[in-house]
Amino acid sequence: MAEKLIELDHIGRTFGQGKQKVRAVDNVSLTIKERDILCLVGESGCGKTTTGRIAAGLLRPSEGRVLFQGQDVWAMERKEFKRYRKAVQIVHQDPYASLNPTHTVYKILSAPLLRHNLVTNAREARLKCAQLLEIVDLTPPGDFLDKYPHQLSGGQRQRVSVARALTVNPSFIVADEAVSMIDVSIRASLLGMLSRLREQFGVTFLFITHDLALAKHFAWEHTIAVMYVGSMVEIAPTPQLIDEPLHPYTQALLVAIPEADPHLTRNKPRVSLRSMDVPSLLNLPSGCRFHPRCPRFVEGLCDQQAPDLVPVGDGRYVACHRVS
Amino acid sequence: MNRRSAQPILTWTEGPEADVPLSVRDLWVEYRAPRGAVKAVRGASFDLYKGETLSLTGESGSGKTTLALSLIRLLPRSANVRKGQIIYRRDGQEYDVLSLDAGDLRQFRWKECAMVFQSALNAFNPVLKIWDQMYDTVKAHDHSEREEVRRRALDLLRLVQLEPERVINAYPHELSGGMRQRVLLAMSLLLNPQVIILDEPTTALDILTQRTIIDLLRKLKEELGFSMVFISHDLSLAAELADRVATMYAGRVVEVGNVYEIFYRPKHPYTLGLIKAVPTVTGGFQELASISGSPPDLINLPTGCKFHPRCLYAMERCREEEPELIPATKGHLVACFCWEQVQADWDREWQQREPEAMEVAWPRS
Repeated sequence: MAEKLIELDHIGRTFGQGKQKVRAVDNVSLTIKERDILCLVGESGCGKTTTGRIAAGLLRPSEGRVLFQGQDVWAMERKEFKRYRKAVQIVHQDPYASLNPTHTVYKILSAPLLRHNLVTNAREARLKCAQLLEIVDLTPPGDFLDKYPHQLSGGQRQRVSVARALTVNPSFIVADEAVSMIDVSIRASLLGMLSRLREQFGVTFLFITHDLALAKHFAWEHTIAVMYVGSMVEIAPTPQLIDEPLHPYTQALLVAIPEADPHLTRNKPRVSLRSMDVPSLLNLPSGCRFHPRCPRFVEGLCDQQAPDLVPVGDGRYVACHRVS
Repeated sequence: MNRRSAQPILTWTEGPEADVPLSVRDLWVEYRAPRGAVKAVRGASFDLYKGETLSLTGESGSGKTTLALSLIRLLPRSANVRKGQIIYRRDGQEYDVLSLDAGDLRQFRWKECAMVFQSALNAFNPVLKIWDQMYDTVKAHDHSEREEVRRRALDLLRLVQLEPERVINAYPHELSGGMRQRVLLAMSLLLNPQVIILDEPTTALDILTQRTIIDLLRKLKEELGFSMVFISHDLSLAAELADRVATMYAGRVVEVGNVYEIFYRPKHPYTLGLIKAVPTVTGGFQELASISGSPPDLINLPTGCKFHPRCLYAMERCREEEPELIPATKGHLVACFCWEQVQADWDREWQQREPEAMEVAWPRS
């Protein structure tokens, strides 16, 4: 049994102050084991990025604890915290914004190496940078080291972002929509490269995406967690989640997604929702957050009481009154 | 509108030309940029049949939006239509869209050919109520009675499943993204156009809302019988809505055909690559494959076929000569020298993997 690497324990996060408060994440718990992949799936505004930033230690949760190898991150000693920060890296969505346009690839990659004393001199740094570029399939590295980000394509930039994350030998990478801005024709090779990192270097992934098809592909032997307006609705091993979703929201999502296959997509069953509007985070519905739209809504239960995320066997968790 | 002078049109259209409301022939559009001319559309050609949905698909930078904007001549000033023809047909008359004068063009836009844009919020005037925007639109074209316009507006809003009385008196910011997109759809239908162009109409919406818009589009088209050009980078939307699909690469239509033909028997290596690169949600695990290399620089294009640096089938000829869009099978056009090879390989692969599935998906007649 693999060790638990990261644990989010009933975390919540509120933004803003006074009357304008946004509850971005509410009561979310999840566990990621070493060398595992967890795909966090949800629509825009569901709190998946906030959750990712909390897991990466970039945001402090308003409530709850973040545990790294069993230790509470926000109660750590300074030295311990630095070790955690080094072990966790993030790859951002937009490769056009996440690389400094005035720095060459070499400078981008060597900065963390020198900062953390992982290399002793410039010659060693250059050698290490070249190795990193080879890992992310930018070969021959000599062609790329002295280039500026604007001279690279979107896919190449994203590879540089990944290489930068790898400089400090992280054990955990948060990939926040890391391939969403990349053209479809080259996405698959980036995904392949990321899965290879897991196999070769034992990197654990929190892979955040709005695209369920992508999540399914990347985490086929792992786990998918589905979020809806700030709360976790379902966590399950990927094949089970796809074949037999339990939460009504996951079910609605799966049948609503158009597929790149005309027969398949035109013969999908339909689920009719009670409302088409996504609730506003400023004015959340009472009880279960999906109840105003849920086809299996029960009056007096779903609108009164928020369901807890409970285990239902086979490593599955669901937050719904109607399942169990 | 003036009758277009009779010019011969190269055509591979089937059936009488009257059933083709819109034809584009060899259209070239460039943008001026400091580094040189950006060749956004390079000799694109297609026909839009009556009552069909044609999906234009391709990656970012393939020229989809430029092509759509040139159909109603909404290109920015930095753009230059180098050559080509856009022919619009109605009631047996032919019009050359590129040479319409300002007055005719105003009539043509919206009344004949309406466009729905990607960002629904930016398409509205934020200080006007929905009713005022709708009435303004009609006033610019017709001299209908105010009451009559209002009745039609309310009918259309009901048709797109909104509460008409509430929405018509609302400001755009009072509506959600999905509602705005539906209002925009209703507005595009106000003057009963023959052709509607939709540029990524669901990209900014969440999945459940996107589903309602897709179902709505299908229903509207059935009831009102307009023709639709649907632009999307998302192959799955093409699979869902299109009757025919046109794939674009580097400003050119490289393959057009029936949606089932395109998805189950692609003939262009690029279309094939795209299909293999996109996973489906339901069903088992699929191997994905990327297309090697990256999309071309539109200022410095490669020689010959623009796809050859990324193509597995590239041969000497592809480096020197750009293939024309030619009919491969009935109603299926492809711009590739090696399409027969591509097709044969695809068939063999399918046959080996799932012979039954192939029969179901594409029964051989």
